[in-house]
Amino acid sequence: MLKLGVPSKGRLMEKTFDWFGDRGVTLRKAGSEREYAGAVEGIEGIELVLLSAGEIPRELAAGRIHLGVTGSDLVREKLANWDTQVSEIAQMGFGGADLIIAVPQGWVDVDTLDDLDAAAAAFRAKHGFRMRIATKYHRLVREFLRDNGVADYQLVDSQGATEGVVKNETAEAIADITSTGETLRANGLKILSDGMIHASQATLFRGARDGWDDAQRATFKALEAKLNA
Amino acid sequence: MADLIGAQAQRILSAFEAAGAVNVEAAILQPASTLLDLYGEDIRSRAYVTSDPLRGEMMLRPDFTLPIVQMHMESRADPARYTYAGPVFRKQEHDESRANEFTQVGFEVFDGKNPAAADADVFAAIAGVLNGLPLRPATGDLGILMAAVHGLCTSGARKAALLRHIWRPRRFRALLDRFGGRIAPPPSRVALLSMDDPFAEAGPEVGLRSRAEVQTRIDALREDATIAPISSEELALIDALLAIRETSPNALSALRDIAVDMPAIGGAVAKMAARLDELSKRGVDVEHLDFEASFGRTTLEYYDGFVFGFYAADRPDLAPVATGGRYDALTAVLGQGRAVPAVGGVVRPDLCLSLGGVN
Repeated sequence: MLKLGVPSKGRLMEKTFDWFGDRGVTLRKAGSEREYAGAVEGIEGIELVLLSAGEIPRELAAGRIHLGVTGSDLVREKLANWDTQVSEIAQMGFGGADLIIAVPQGWVDVDTLDDLDAAAAAFRAKHGFRMRIATKYHRLVREFLRDNGVADYQLVDSQGATEGVVKNETAEAIADITSTGETLRANGLKILSDGMIHASQATLFRGARDGWDDAQRATFKALEAKLNA
Repeated sequence: MADLIGAQAQRILSAFEAAGAVNVEAAILQPASTLLDLYGEDIRSRAYVTSDPLRGEMMLRPDFTLPIVQMHMESRADPARYTYAGPVFRKQEHDESRANEFTQVGFEVFDGKNPAAADADVFAAIAGVLNGLPLRPATGDLGILMAAVHGLCTSGARKAALLRHIWRPRRFRALLDRFGGRIAPPPSRVALLSMDDPFAEAGPEVGLRSRAEVQTRIDALREDATIAPISSEELALIDALLAIRETSPNALSALRDIAVDMPAIGGAVAKMAARLDELSKRGVDVEHLDFEASFGRTTLEYYDGFVFGFYAADRPDLAPVATGGRYDALTAVLGQGRAVPAVGGVVRPDLCLSLGGVN
């Protein structure tokens, strides 16, 4: 049996069901709306597991599920050397969102990472602490800023409503996911022109295949054939 | 295995004691805020962070430098030499084959009287300990590049920006290219500087960074736009300096050549010459000692002078067996104005053992 992890609620789940449905694999929740069990039709040997999108990378890496649908941003954030632990099977064309860096619109002097770095240096000299960037994507943001040579900043954790932290003065800038930029603008923020960290979309991933038996390999082949048909 | 590594560590420690060092200890748990403030966010990807309900975020020490410097600045002993041995902890985010817990044995000298002699003492003590192992030493001197930047014919703001990024070679290069007019300023900056009222569409002021701070930076950018580019001659000298990769005597003569056109590095080059003399007096084979002007630019940003590493000649997979350097600026930061010139280095007994062990 191959276990397929799918986000357990919301539009991501519905769109995933539609995406598989278009390819002849019917996924649905079993029983009542509240249950997290699922049923699969149109292919043998696959078991549907409904769980939080944020847990899917870890479960894939641990081998407790064999296939999983989640945002490509979450896999890159949560797994060290993600491409050695999981493989991308298909980019699914929905759930698109960009991980970006945004600063207050009033910072008319800051449009690029180079500006951000210079502003951070001056900010630290004036305020006595490193410029704070609020995010929940610590690994991705840190690696991006390191690769681009930005210094004198610190990351502060923000697990939700990140757009509001600047107004509350708990951070000076943010790194967050946005699809339209609407919420950012409403909160007086703007996106850096070269601050795109990762363009994320819903993606079907496969975990490492060592330990798979013949039946699992055959099931995966059959699924691949349907997806590529 | 642990016993064998412990025995190696003890041997190295004894050698450093014989070189006049006092054996000291440091706490494994260090306050995260001090380390973060010093090293920046990168330290989070290298050090294990844990938390304490009363003390807040703590880190498992990634090295001994910080606690040893703090201890020294409080004791106010001068001059002083310390040695220590104990485990340090490094998160490995990309390479599982690298150890995340290993022993370091260190030797640190706080002595401002004769920096060249102190540099040589540390290098010679470590080279002496490692004698017989198949290692290749590499050296560099960040003080020479810093002196070159200080000597550029350009504004103080541009020099400060370059000095801030000595340890980030890519950003340093990008800044140098822009200050030298090799690349055009970004269009958004050109547009900003041509506006009569930059704040016309700025919207309401939010956050801690005030409009006055934004204005200050715009003024700085306006001023910068009036400054002539760094000359191509000076850029070529910096390029020539950074490209030096030679035996120490050849590197020294190349640097002396550059110093003819760039007198600002004269003092730093003289210090290098003095150090080579001191090394030679201590029996180091300086004729064959490699010198790379760019060496040490990708380490954590606290070395600001002489830097060195010992690498296994036939084992490129192995982390450096010993590393060290001068960190005068760090003592100034931690000493709240009081700086003590300091130089030190660490040896990894586990790697010594894997290469046959020290005697």
